[in-house]
Amino acid sequence: MTATVETPAVGEVASIQVKLRILRSNPEGTADHAPGEAYWQEFEIEAHATDRVLDALHKIKWEQDGSLAFRRSCAHGVCGSDAMRINARNRLACKTLLKDLNPAKPIIVEPIKGLPVEKDLIVDMEPFFASYREIMPFLMTTGNAPTRERLQSPEERQRFDDTTKCIMCAACTTSCPVFWTDGQYFGPQAIVGAHRFIFDSRDEGQWDRLEILNDKAGVWKCRTAFNCTEACPRGIEVTKAISEVKKALTTGEI
Amino acid sequence: MTHHEYDVVIVGAGGAGMRAALESSQRARTAVLTKLYPTRSHTGAAQGGMAAALANVEDDSAEWHVFDTIKGGDYLVDQDAAEILCNEAIDAVLDLEKMGLPFNRTPDGKVDQRRFGGHTRNHGEAAVRRACYSADRTGHMILQTLYQQCIKQEVEFFNEYYVLDLILDGDPQQAGPGEEVAVAGVVALELSTGEVHTFRAKSVIFATGGAGKIFKTTSNAHTLTGDGMGIALTAGLPLEDMEFFQFHPTGLAGLGILLSEAARGEGGILRNSEGERFMERYAPTIKDLAPRDMVARAMANEVREGRGAGPHKDYVLLDLTHLEPAHIDEKLPDITEFARTYLGVEPYTEPVPVYPTAHYAMGGIPTTVKGEVLRNNTDVVKGLYAAGECACVSVHGANRLGTNSLLDINVFGRRAGIAAAEYAASVEAAPVLRDDAAARVEGIVTRLLGTVGGEGTARVADVRKALQETMDRNVQVFRDAASLEEARGVVAELKKRYESVAIHDRGRRFNTDLLEAIELGFLLEIAEVVVEGALAREESRGGHYREDFPTRDDERFLHHTMAYATPDGVRLDTKPVVITKYQPMERKY
Repeated sequence: MTATVETPAVGEVASIQVKLRILRSNPEGTADHAPGEAYWQEFEIEAHATDRVLDALHKIKWEQDGSLAFRRSCAHGVCGSDAMRINARNRLACKTLLKDLNPAKPIIVEPIKGLPVEKDLIVDMEPFFASYREIMPFLMTTGNAPTRERLQSPEERQRFDDTTKCIMCAACTTSCPVFWTDGQYFGPQAIVGAHRFIFDSRDEGQWDRLEILNDKAGVWKCRTAFNCTEACPRGIEVTKAISEVKKALTTGEI
Repeated sequence: MTHHEYDVVIVGAGGAGMRAALESSQRARTAVLTKLYPTRSHTGAAQGGMAAALANVEDDSAEWHVFDTIKGGDYLVDQDAAEILCNEAIDAVLDLEKMGLPFNRTPDGKVDQRRFGGHTRNHGEAAVRRACYSADRTGHMILQTLYQQCIKQEVEFFNEYYVLDLILDGDPQQAGPGEEVAVAGVVALELSTGEVHTFRAKSVIFATGGAGKIFKTTSNAHTLTGDGMGIALTAGLPLEDMEFFQFHPTGLAGLGILLSEAARGEGGILRNSEGERFMERYAPTIKDLAPRDMVARAMANEVREGRGAGPHKDYVLLDLTHLEPAHIDEKLPDITEFARTYLGVEPYTEPVPVYPTAHYAMGGIPTTVKGEVLRNNTDVVKGLYAAGECACVSVHGANRLGTNSLLDINVFGRRAGIAAAEYAASVEAAPVLRDDAAARVEGIVTRLLGTVGGEGTARVADVRKALQETMDRNVQVFRDAASLEEARGVVAELKKRYESVAIHDRGRRFNTDLLEAIELGFLLEIAEVVVEGALAREESRGGHYREDFPTRDDERFLHHTMAYATPDGVRLDTKPVVITKYQPMERKY
């Protein structure tokens, strides 16, 4: 959908002045900054309390500085493009409303941490997707496929429902203090991706995946800081999913 | 500039592109070029379900599905294509299940099914449970599952490569009937570096999605700017039936964010300011589950007759308050969260403000049932394919039924993938890419980068906003000659302003300013075709409603529109509708 700056959604919403402090960098440099140098820039815009942070970023980009770079697509929290650090917490810019932040202070916007910054709020997502690919995120079965669907009871389906919600925005992984400091750790998202298959009654690859997660880059790196669970814009209980994987490894039972 | 060679190049990594890639990459050396990371594609925003007459929960048949699709499309559907769509639907769902898609289940463990608009038992008797679903994130599950399978098959992706040109070995408009025109490749801009790449390929599949951003109020992502359709048009290919755009009834009021029809499939009711279930007046048999075009018009009509709700009486209400909260949480968790997050409305206890939102292009790049792209009514371009929303087979006719698009991308994505790989295997080599193949794209990029700090006065965002506002005001649910003439004038003026548009980012790397400027060019092209088609079609059919011609006119207009870009503007032609079994009848629900 379009920016809602001009037309408040329902009823009248007063417009407010909002300041955003954005951590920027340009790989090709600018008049005042060397290539890749990080610097803060402050912008002031007029907005409505019901606007999203994404609307505010668009207002800056479309009216003040077209060079501001960030990713976005669906703008309602399902595509996972616009995870960023907003007031020191990982969130989706399209799911964070200005009214839920303190408008009296500048809103601090930074790229998510732990992945190489490419330009402004854009980071290199490749290491993140590489970890996901590592855990073999696809259904593994043996024998001939049935002619109709594989049967699965509603209870069996419910068992892994939570981790099917993942949109791979990387908010969890890039909120993890272990991921920031340990270049080897798969990070929470890859474990969520593995959980979705390990606990799927149709899957037969669970022990291959558990072996990968038992590795030194795997689940044992997790220090249950719970940052990931707090960061997840889909409300997935990430830390719980990780402990279920740990438990499966210790007990040998799924 | 870097040059690549593949057997098959797929442009777009949503549902249709990845479904095609799964077939093609098993048979031929395949590359997938995508503007976005695959998991960002808008297939992931689809919610309610995918239609297939599995008959898992009640009696159903593919034949009833065919009839519903044709009637839902107001008899502009090509009936041979609809038969393929509905007959192959069952395997399409079962294939996804075998790939691991976590469908909701019946108590006995089968894929569960629910009701959806326009899908009926025995040719319209009553709503039927035909939509296979996974809560209200079926599209998300499809996108994830297809991406997972692509990882398994080691499909080669070029992420954030924005394709901007299609290279053919001849002029598709100049070539005579039966003369051969073949695809040679595509030209793409690598967003992270700004470098231009050429891809020579024996087969190219376009699966670039829709063009919803021609409108202001839309369920579509910012990135849905009609790129593939625009490229095809520029390359001299026609676009079919572009005047038919679907307005989804239940967008969050003021925002356009989609609330699935599944809300009504699960028992939700639309009410006006008087609390009346107004759909009983418009579609007495299936009421709130009438096809989308009818429901959207009914809603807009309630509002303009003064029965809208809210302080400005400019929306209606989607009432879920009679449903059990546990049922809502299980079947509709995402959309109810959207209402809470973006409108601060609690759907357990309060009705949700909704209004139609631009949702889906029924038209697109014309194809055969194998996905081959047509350059006129009968000749195909050798090696060129299209599937998904950017294509027009036509299985949706004048109005698509809900859950038929997730079906379309799977059935015709698969078909295009197989056909493209088989064609690639049958030819020795692709036509040679000329040395200057990238010149047009280089020219566009250089020209736009040259506007930084220059004389240009128009801003991309201002031109785009003006376009979207005129399209919302004049080309939405209700249209007439006067509104369309106004839109025609505004679009023409904006196309002029576009020539003096200036950008502000001088860099090559991740220049999203440049990207938006290019996208705007496509939006303007597409909008023009939509308006011209709508002006010429002096009747009302499906999603195209002319107040000055309020009835369907089979005598004059039972045909597809074929639009071609020429130096003198859009040229319109017609193409016959394929009718096999079902003669047009009055459309009542």
